Amino acid sequence: MEALAAGPAPAPRRQLIVGSALASVAMLMLTGGMLAVWSLQRRRTVDLGETWLPSGVTVPEVPVNVTLLAFIGICTFAQWAVYAAKRGDRAHTAFALAVTVLTAVMVINAQAFIYSEMGLGIGDGTYAAMFYAVTGMFLALMTIGVILAAVAAFRFLGGRSDREIVAAHAIYWYTVAIIFSAIWFVVYVTK
Amino acid sequence: MTTIDPTSDAVGHAGDRSDDVAAADSRAELLLAGIADWLTSTDHKRIGRLFLGGGFIGLLATAIVNIVLGIERGDIATVDGDAIAQLLDAQRVGLVFGTLLPLSLGLCIAVVPLQLGARSLAFPRLAATGFWMWVGGLVFSVIALVNDGGGLGGDADMVDLFIASHGLMAIGLTAAAGSIATSVLTTRAPGMTMRRVPFFSMSALITALGLLLVMPVLLGTLTYLFLDHRNARTGFGGNTGIYEWALWVFTQPTTFLFAIPAIGVLAEGAPLLFRLRTPARGVMFAGLGLIGVAAFTGVAQQSVHNLPWAGSDLYIGGGDDLRDKLADAVPWAMFNLLPLLGLVVVVLMSLFLAKPVKGARPNLSPAFAFGFLGAGMVLMGMLGTALFAIDDLALQGTVFEEGALIYVTYGAALGIMGGVAFWAPKLWGRTLPAGQLLPLAGLGLIATVLASLPSYVEGFDTSRDIYSIAVLAGHVLMALTALAFVALLATTLRNDDADHADDPYDAQTLEWTTPSPAPHGNFVDVPTVMSAEPLLDIKPTASTTTGSDA
Repeated sequence: MEALAAGPAPAPRRQLIVGSALASVAMLMLTGGMLAVWSLQRRRTVDLGETWLPSGVTVPEVPVNVTLLAFIGICTFAQWAVYAAKRGDRAHTAFALAVTVLTAVMVINAQAFIYSEMGLGIGDGTYAAMFYAVTGMFLALMTIGVILAAVAAFRFLGGRSDREIVAAHAIYWYTVAIIFSAIWFVVYVTK
Repeated sequence: MTTIDPTSDAVGHAGDRSDDVAAADSRAELLLAGIADWLTSTDHKRIGRLFLGGGFIGLLATAIVNIVLGIERGDIATVDGDAIAQLLDAQRVGLVFGTLLPLSLGLCIAVVPLQLGARSLAFPRLAATGFWMWVGGLVFSVIALVNDGGGLGGDADMVDLFIASHGLMAIGLTAAAGSIATSVLTTRAPGMTMRRVPFFSMSALITALGLLLVMPVLLGTLTYLFLDHRNARTGFGGNTGIYEWALWVFTQPTTFLFAIPAIGVLAEGAPLLFRLRTPARGVMFAGLGLIGVAAFTGVAQQSVHNLPWAGSDLYIGGGDDLRDKLADAVPWAMFNLLPLLGLVVVVLMSLFLAKPVKGARPNLSPAFAFGFLGAGMVLMGMLGTALFAIDDLALQGTVFEEGALIYVTYGAALGIMGGVAFWAPKLWGRTLPAGQLLPLAGLGLIATVLASLPSYVEGFDTSRDIYSIAVLAGHVLMALTALAFVALLATTLRNDDADHADDPYDAQTLEWTTPSPAPHGNFVDVPTVMSAEPLLDIKPTASTTTGSDA
């Protein structure tokens, strides 16, 4: 049997981009599944003639809406990093990634503020447990995003000029923005 | 020999003793280094074999749990009443998370990069992390069950641990699935378009994408269950709510998704029988994809799609709105009949490829033998699941569903065994003897039928004793099959006279161009692919009887 001809070195197939796209699908499924159960439980409670949001609890609308607006900033800064990385502009890439991280930390802080304003104990019933489950999942995604931005910065600025991870990191933030938009509507607006 | 012989005079000689001690130290260091190498390996073949090893241990342990349950049900001996709930939990966890998932993913991780002509798996550390998370979750799950946890357990902390352990497994399996899917999408050899991807790799892609859709939904549900059970216990029914909210992952049709790689083994083995190119590869892909529709059951978080029949909405003459009738029939058909149709398509295509060619001797590989029998068993599970959902048959609440789950799991395990035997030359460098493999396939078939079919019969007829004894015998035979398979593998690996051939099955795909066992990095040169059956392009008597994507 003769051997198959050796091929040229395979063209880079953007493994990180594909991987982050698949991770985004998984994150959307996680959120979608949780919000579906949230909606079901809410409907069951309302059908019983009870209120879903416990009495005495109010949703602090200002930090919630500011968080939603902050995602416009996060996505813009992440895309700025991609643009700068593509042009090989290390200073702008570093600055854009730093601002992305800063805004993400601000969102985490805002979520902590929402917790303190609502004053809801995790054992205060079904709503409380589910509220902390959904928002806790969101906080976990934000933390992963901050770590990812830091890794992207190290890999791009540390000499490898890895533009792909900067683009993958931007895909991640777009997905988190979609996720928070859904949480904003289902959890904070519909209540 | 790792110990010093105490009867030897050498014991008295300090110099010899120090040599022996040094040798023993060296061996211990080598052993430790070897273990560390395995534990931290990013070689996909090792990660896959770790998953497969875990899956075979899981299969054996689950068969033993089933034997204990069979003994109790057959009134041969009585198990402590408090332990029954944990045994029933262990049965489901063992069948799905302990056997079906690790066997399927393990074979995919071990084989897919070889089939694609890739030097490695995409994100191998992610896959390795997934394996250890799965192991950790399974161990925690067993600890929880042993200590009165589980879906029907009485110890609250252990119930929490049971829920959390499944969350850990879900994350680990998602990670492994992500690694497999990215590999198929990005690491194919030059010239290997998606249409030229081998059938087994395509089945791996479908399962991986399905897992990426299903496992996060499970994780979200488990997060709710954990926090609710840990705190309020008002919204999800406490520990009994686990099966109300998450049963769908432990039963059909979701389990069909996990069994797809076993069907892929059949699809891979069928064209080898008479060395044919596969015509209309798209039809085979469509068949595999239709089985993947089962993923939507997980997405919808539904375990049973009931179908009322006579005297109900579906009865056309009943005067009800046609829309109501369709509302019952469409989800039932989508979740039960589409996967069934997909498997039928794959089996029919395989039978078409198995049609004897004049003058040619059949080349019966373990992939076809085990894969065909395994697919047949999964088909029985699918048929049972479709019947189970028909309300008027009154099968819900009986052991009928358990029979379907065992058909699917043991059938898939049989298919995966065929895959392990088929690709053993690439994974271990030895070809398993066909003369001993084929009787094992037969034994596995008998075991699966005995362990499952009586439960189907019992669903219609409740005189339990005879059926329970048959089921018990089936599980004993499956335990023996698993043990015999592992023993055969172990003895063949220790036998230096075993066949070391690079291409013992006269195969068609890229993995058979590399030496046996496949070296680290898989290929010296990445080959160029010109058709879906690249080896047939270069073998002297390549058959061109049927068209293929070239």
